[in-house]
Amino acid sequence: MGAQLRTVRRRIATVKSTAKITKAQELIASSRIIKAQQRAHAAGPYAREISAAVEAVVSRSGSIHHPLTTEAANPTRAAVLILTSDRGFCGGFNASVLREAAGLNALLADRGVQAVPFVAGRKGIVWHRFRDRVMGGEWSGFSDTPAHRNATEITTALLEAFGKPASDGGVDEIYLVYTEFVSMLTQRPAVHRLLPLEITESTEAGPIPVYEFEPSPEKVLDELLPWYVESRIFHALLDSAAAEIAARRRAMKSATDNANELLEALTREANKARQAEITQEISEIVGGANALAESISGS
Amino acid sequence: MTLRVTLVVPEGEIWSGNAERMVAKTLDGEIGILTGHTPVLGVLAHGSVVRILPEGEGASGWISAAVGGGFLSVSDDRVSVLARQAVLGEHVDRAATRADLEAAIGAASAGGQGQDNDEVGYLRALLRAAGEEA
Repeated sequence: MGAQLRTVRRRIATVKSTAKITKAQELIASSRIIKAQQRAHAAGPYAREISAAVEAVVSRSGSIHHPLTTEAANPTRAAVLILTSDRGFCGGFNASVLREAAGLNALLADRGVQAVPFVAGRKGIVWHRFRDRVMGGEWSGFSDTPAHRNATEITTALLEAFGKPASDGGVDEIYLVYTEFVSMLTQRPAVHRLLPLEITESTEAGPIPVYEFEPSPEKVLDELLPWYVESRIFHALLDSAAAEIAARRRAMKSATDNANELLEALTREANKARQAEITQEISEIVGGANALAESISGS
Repeated sequence: MTLRVTLVVPEGEIWSGNAERMVAKTLDGEIGILTGHTPVLGVLAHGSVVRILPEGEGASGWISAAVGGGFLSVSDDRVSVLARQAVLGEHVDRAATRADLEAAIGAASAGGQGQDNDEVGYLRALLRAAGEEA
């Protein structure tokens, strides 16, 4: 067998086994995406109810003075919670979240605010470590199936940082950077400010009933706001998980498509090489026979 | 007229349906809810039991659920109980919960914080919801 044919066949084998792996990853992601979407969907009622309740308290008490809603006069430090994935194989998923976070950092720096990254997901942690960026907190191991206690952990750390003055290692603002799951084909990085809370009253729900509060509006708000923050973070974790899996499915699908295309081109090349070899062999035989016939007739 | 009750935790809904009445415990004390109740937004006592009497059930049909922190909102005969964690009484594994409770009490008294931390309270509520003494 000719050397060229051998190398082409070896490449075909490599591409084939790569295609098998990416195809498997694509199928795994397709089966997981439905589950991830269901989980995000199931978390909807809790998130809606808690937002409605916070709105109700705020609309009732008019102007509220709560540490979690009070803007710092001169913010100097801000926590940026970045949600990335634990595993790779998901295309530009992590790159686009980290790019969004870098954009936010630049905006904050313009205002003279120093950003402190809080990172969830191994890929983001590694990215920050490699660049020697000091992180305020890091969590990993749950990016594709987040549980509520993961949100609780993150919230506790962030609220603790928010409770401290900036001069003492605390932060004045908290931002959240994650990927929104728009559809199977579209996932969009998004930035939200978590704290201080900007409470906007939605007008679609109609008039809010006049609640009685037990024990008191202030106490209810005290309990409610941390849960509200936690619910926002949990929602973001679920959304980001669904987006990660969708991104992985898409990346793996295009990798499989690419591999198949490559396979076609390589097969064609292999056929050509084989044909060239045969042609060469025939012409060698014909040339040899001619030479022999000439030498016989010439003698 | 009936109450429409939903019991929700962050991961999803654990019970919903029509009910005749329900009883919950807020920080101020027990509150019983029938149809036509004024709108209320109350913080639930940590580690308490919410009891619901579904529509058309006799006095033996009460459903109990243990809740560990949460709140309750009532308006227009709609009752939402939002809990950070909650389990229906019928789903409680009594033996395992009792073992957990003893371990939690042990840990709490070893830590010198007395016996009444949130975890102990929630585990006690689980047992009460399952119909045991705790």
